Amino acid sequence: MTTSIQFDILPERAETHHGLIAVAMSGGVDSSTVAALLQQQGRTVVGLTMQLWNQRRLPELLGDGPAQHRCCSLDDVYDAKAVAQHLNFPHYVVNFEEHFEARVVRPFVDQYLAGRTPIACTNCNADVKFELLLRMARQIGAELLATGHYARIRENGDTGRRELLRARDESKDQSYFLWGLSQEQLSGSDFPLGELTKEEVRALARRVKLPVAEKPESMELCFVPNGNYVQFIQAYSQERSISLQNGRGEIVSESGEVIGRHNGVHNFTIGQRKGLGFAAGKPLYVLSIDSEKNRVVVGEDDVLRKTECEVEGVNWISCEKPSAPFRAFVKIRHKHEPAPAMIEPMDAGSARVTFDTPQRAITPGQAAVFYHGDIVLGGGWIP
Amino acid sequence: MNRVYLDFNATTPVEPEVLDAMLPYFSAEFGNAASIHTFGQKSRAAVETAREKVAALIGARPQEIVFTSGGTESDNHAIFGIVAQPLLPTLSEAEGSSPKGAVRSRQIGRHIITSVIEHEAVLNACQALEKEGIRVTYLRTDREGQIELEELHRAIRPETILITIMHANNELGSVQPLEEIGRIAAEADVYFHTDAVQSAGKIPINVDALGVDLLSISGHKLYAPKGIGALYIRGGTRLRQLLYGGHHQRGFRPGTENVAAIVGLGKAAEIARKSLAEDARRVSTFRDNLQQGLLQRVPQSRVNGAAAPRTPNTTNLVFPGVEGEALLIALDLKGLACSTGAACSSGAVQPSHVLTAIGLPPEEARASLRFSLGRHTTSADIDFALNVVPAAVAQLRELSPTYRKMAEAR
Repeated sequence: MTTSIQFDILPERAETHHGLIAVAMSGGVDSSTVAALLQQQGRTVVGLTMQLWNQRRLPELLGDGPAQHRCCSLDDVYDAKAVAQHLNFPHYVVNFEEHFEARVVRPFVDQYLAGRTPIACTNCNADVKFELLLRMARQIGAELLATGHYARIRENGDTGRRELLRARDESKDQSYFLWGLSQEQLSGSDFPLGELTKEEVRALARRVKLPVAEKPESMELCFVPNGNYVQFIQAYSQERSISLQNGRGEIVSESGEVIGRHNGVHNFTIGQRKGLGFAAGKPLYVLSIDSEKNRVVVGEDDVLRKTECEVEGVNWISCEKPSAPFRAFVKIRHKHEPAPAMIEPMDAGSARVTFDTPQRAITPGQAAVFYHGDIVLGGGWIP
Repeated sequence: MNRVYLDFNATTPVEPEVLDAMLPYFSAEFGNAASIHTFGQKSRAAVETAREKVAALIGARPQEIVFTSGGTESDNHAIFGIVAQPLLPTLSEAEGSSPKGAVRSRQIGRHIITSVIEHEAVLNACQALEKEGIRVTYLRTDREGQIELEELHRAIRPETILITIMHANNELGSVQPLEEIGRIAAEADVYFHTDAVQSAGKIPINVDALGVDLLSISGHKLYAPKGIGALYIRGGTRLRQLLYGGHHQRGFRPGTENVAAIVGLGKAAEIARKSLAEDARRVSTFRDNLQQGLLQRVPQSRVNGAAAPRTPNTTNLVFPGVEGEALLIALDLKGLACSTGAACSSGAVQPSHVLTAIGLPPEEARASLRFSLGRHTTSADIDFALNVVPAAVAQLRELSPTYRKMAEAR
């Protein structure tokens, strides 16, 4: 029995493949619609859902009742299975819990404890989804791994490289989280939603009556069941016997004057105003976090603005490493409006970014991603 | 697509003869076996006939058989039933046989002996009891998946009340020396339970020869439907009931009898008893052919637990350098169903506690696959497996960084 589906706003796709394609299915509407789209294009689809984290592991975070609408909650696995059943293609759950913890969760916690503000999704993409899952997809005979990311991949005929591009729907664009992918990873991947808006995706999902068509979007980190990072870090550190430094420490001004106390540096992120817990003439913001001295340095907003930063672990995606400084738009966090800057590639995988105008809260642990128009040239970690 | 099923340790199809025997009991003969009228009497007769057939399969008396919802309930009933104080009338008290002295005299400080390779139904029941203060010894096994009798001897303490050791292991097929364990249990005056879910219908079972007091059976592993099982309880065994309700099955396991399923289990037991020897001969030949063929065709492959006595239908092979999970999916997409480890609630593969228990490093445990054959497995099925498995392993190894590293190291 096959389900017959008709789309009338089906995006045109240049390539026509007929081999097996694997779809990374989270149980959400985006990746489910990817499966429906590909099937409609005549592809033979196999669904793969990653089991990444045991939601029952830190029970103190669960609160009352079962975890819902989170990655790896059983509900999401059932949703993915229900979609596969509805569209009649094989679906499997693959267990990457061990790897996910080693490559994503543990570094996330360590970074927070070191006073940085990490992006777990970038690590997950580069080290789990487009590494282990992509390999699994190829091992089971799939030509490509398709995901529900809002971004585009284009082959540049002149350079022979795969370029990563922003999604057509800028409000949903996820290219910021994909800057760590290699050419090999890009050539094995497919982002069928890159040309669509979220509204179009929902409309498609409704049209083919996907059981998840009305499912709300999840905005939280998948392994933090309630969105409370601080609570998660405390619970995880306790379970793993990771020392939370000395816990309490000092809040100091730029000149080193002690003006308050805090309960652990993992409670803070650069630029944060809320939760400083004391009054002052002007609003104060977190300027920097010194995890060694267990200190949080605060100051006024204008001090937060900086023109220059050096990034490390740079990955060049859409071009080779440029030999000379060049201009680009740089995004320093997911919701940051890209700002014009000069980028100077340096040795040992680093680069110096000099913005035309000072940028607020350039935060260690986040990434600086370089754009030329819609094209992601590359990116690097803010140390 | 041509699909070949080599996962009979997970479940078996209902035998057509079994289904035929069951069908009248859904609508035509629908009486409650506890009812007094003729409708009820017909169902009662069917249930008791089935009880005789199940008893015959394991050399027991019919009144020593209690029908349950399956292997898990039987295991739980045996373990919790022995540990709990026998405050209420027991199955066998009417018969006047005296319970083992052990239970009455030991009010406090109870101790259970089991093994690390048991099914979760036993392991998790024991772990639950540990939380309630019962002490549990988990016997290790050798590399072939068999417990050491010496270690069992040493584990017995004055407060030991139960030894629960499985008959055949689901993943390896390895068979434990139950006669010896039975003798040790009898000498120590300790109750002895065995989970025979994977052995019933595959190898001969005689409860007296094995010296077991309690024995669990599951219907769907021997061509009866899912949701039916049986627990053998030796006459004289003091076992506390787990469920309270009506007087069904002498009040010992209340709940209206699932007549059709019980009839199915009875029929399946009858067929198994008659065809066991012939099945074992045929199936073990196919199993050996599969095992030999794979060893020849897949470089560096090995058999896990090959030196122990095994059920005739099971072989477990390690293919170094592959992810068993990927191999399992690749094979399923080609039409071959087999198994690796155990599935968790989401359906993801978990590392096998059995394979790590017999000393396999985690990467080899993850690279292992179980093939379990059935009564209707054909030589064409084996040929199919011998065709697709080596090709799939080669394809996976080509894309495996682990295998590349291994190859370079050589």
